[in-house]
Parts: sequence; structure tokens; C-alpha cells
Amino acid sequence: MKPDIKAVEQRVAEIIISELKLEDVTADSFDRGLDLVDELGIDSMDLTAVVLVLQDEYGITIDEDDYPKLKNLRLIAEYVHARMAG
Amino acid sequence: MNTVRSLLDDEWYERYKRISRLNIRSSIYDVTDRCNLRCKGCFFFSSDEHKAAREEKDPARWVEFIERERERGVNLAILIGGEPTLYMDRIEAFYKRLPTYCATNGQIKVPRDRFPDMMVGISLWGDPETEKKLRGRDTFAVSSKNYAGDPYTYYLYTITPRQLGRLGEVVKRIDDVGLKVHMQLLSNDEGVDGFSWTEAQLAQVRDEMDAALERYPRSVISSRYYHEVLTTRIMMGRRFGWQECPSVTEPMDTRSPQPRRLIRFIRWAADLKTMHRCCTSATRDCTTCMDGAAHMSWVMVNKREHLRSTQDLQNWITVYEMFAKLYRFLPW
Repeated sequence: MKPDIKAVEQRVAEIIISELKLEDVTADSFDRGLDLVDELGIDSMDLTAVVLVLQDEYGITIDEDDYPKLKNLRLIAEYVHARMAG
Repeated sequence: MNTVRSLLDDEWYERYKRISRLNIRSSIYDVTDRCNLRCKGCFFFSSDEHKAAREEKDPARWVEFIERERERGVNLAILIGGEPTLYMDRIEAFYKRLPTYCATNGQIKVPRDRFPDMMVGISLWGDPETEKKLRGRDTFAVSSKNYAGDPYTYYLYTITPRQLGRLGEVVKRIDDVGLKVHMQLLSNDEGVDGFSWTEAQLAQVRDEMDAALERYPRSVISSRYYHEVLTTRIMMGRRFGWQECPSVTEPMDTRSPQPRRLIRFIRWAADLKTMHRCCTSATRDCTTCMDGAAHMSWVMVNKREHLRSTQDLQNWITVYEMFAKLYRFLPW
């Protein structure tokens, strides 16, 4: 059964924190609207690392052309959720 | 958690946003195995890279190859050699399809009616005396006439230890002909006597590079932080070397753990099939590599490392801006 969007958001936050080794932030406190490039300073290599985990975990394909859409945690979760089978 | 916004004031934040989404994906192409000079210390010939592959001579195959590179996601073609200007048709094949930068010794002029806004980087190894010793002639005398005042050309000044005390004069000569200059250091692959760096010389050249940037801010495309990293080979407490270099050809990169690196970077030989290990000679000892592009890329791919403090992040921005200006992703 497809998880709800909040659960996906929570899991995406955990993945970003883990992959980017972020400190002083938890999945609960992670600002869903924080711009990942302009605020968090991630680059395409960081995003690729996150995307690989998301693809494995949710069995989806994320096209590199779509990276510019993945601007913050909320948008990533919505993108993933929309592509999940269910 | 430090964020970009929390570390920067409005002015610096705007500068950051101008570069944060550029997403430059470069690769390097040997256009030919031939050159019209034979310079001591040139890695291409000293490491026999000119013999690595027989160059492709069919123009149609060059076009097919470049199309494949574009599909692979490359958005900046860096042409080296040999001397690329010996084959203008190959340069044109790139120029028509990708943002292109052409490295040259400047002895043959790139015709601007054919390549109006192509970035050109002219190699320069110093004052006339050093040029004659290492390259057999004063190349500046010809290249400066060919390109004086050209808005899409800069000198890539490879500084040798013999240039200490003369750096300002060389930069002034470039400034006088209305051109820009970017600086890097000779790695002395051929072990030419007196051209290997000591730590004291590296400290001195850093001071001279800083002074040149301060005195000629419109002509020198550089950054004090770049000078620091290049001359100390240390960034954020880490030392440059094979395990840190970002400019390794991706399909040949078997390092573990994988360092932060240029995505999809490949350096292609002129047969369009053979790959070289990295942006410079595979025989070079990485612990003594002074390659400027490798060091600036090293800084650029480690952005989040620089989110430790305002000064660190500002340093990172100055290096990224320098790179973006060198390839005209930002205006001079």
C-alpha cells in the first residue's frame, strides 16, 4: 500500500540528513520548504547521492532532467509520491 | 545547522545565487597529437601522451563524437592538444555544438570571423628569458600581437620558480596589451634543473600572486583563496593528492572511498576512443601536481565543506566565480 505523503516527507528528510551527513537537524525539525541549493548548499553530486537511495528504496526512476524540480524536501516528497506504485 | 543564507549578507548571497545553479559539466579533448612548439615541461609530450592513440582524421567522425558528448551531458568542451589551432575544422566542430574553450600557444590566430566569441586561453611560461629557455622562443611577442585587446582571450600564465620577482612585470606586459591573465604553477614533469618548487618559493609566489591580483584587479582573473590552496596544496585541512583530485576520468576512477569529483568528466585522446587518466599526465606524481584547474575544481566540488563559516563560504564563492569568469559563464 502506498504510504501517505507525510511519511514520504519524513523518510526523504532522513535520507537527506544521512547522505549529506547533516548535523544539528532532525527529520522532524527539517524545514520542508528549505531550498536545497540556495540555502543548504547542495550540488548535483549531493543530489545524485540522495536520488540513488530514493530510487532503490521506492523502486522509482528519477530522470536527471527533473533535478531542477527537486528544489526542497516537500517537492522531492511530492515527486516521489506521485511516481510510486500503489 | 549552517545555511548559505545564515552565513552571507545580501551582497554575498546574491553572488552565491549567480553561480549556485550553473551546473557546469566539462570534459577535455586532445584535438591533435601535433604541436608547433616543443616546450620543456609540457606534460603531453614528456609523458608520451602524443603516442597514446592515432588521431582521428575524418571530420564526420569528430562531429558524431561531439554529438555523443553533448548527449552525455557535457556543457563545456575544453580543447587542448598538441596545438588545437593546427586543426581549425575540429575546433569548429566543437564550437558549433558546445560552449568551447580553446587552449593554445597563441602562435596561430583563431579567426574571429569564424569563432566570434570562443574563449581562448594562451599559454605563457614567463618573461622572454624563461620562454626562450623552456619553449625555444618568446611566444608572447607573437601571441600578444595576434590577440591584443581580444575580449574573449586570456593568458594562462604557468609560473616557474625562476619567475620569482618577475611576476609583476609579466602581468604588466599582459595588462599593457589589454588582455586578462590567470595564473597557475609549473609542475616540472621533466625535472628541468631549477624549476621544481621549494616550500619557501611557494610562499613567495603566493605573495606575488596576491600582489598582482591587488595591483591589476581588472586584468588578473584570480582569487586569494585559490592562491592559498594552490601554493599550500591544502584545503580545509586536507592535502591535495590522488585520493582528493576531482579531475579524474570518470570511467577510470576506481578510487575507494570515492572523493567528491567532477561529474561525467573524461579526458579524451585524439582518436576519440582512448581516455587519459586525468586532466594532466598520468605519469605525474599527484603529490607534486600544481595544475590550476585541478585545484580550483577541488575547491568547487567541496562546497558544503566551506559552509563552516562566513569566511570559508566567501572563499569558495571567489574560486567558483573565478572559474565561471575563465569560461565566460560570468562576465568579466
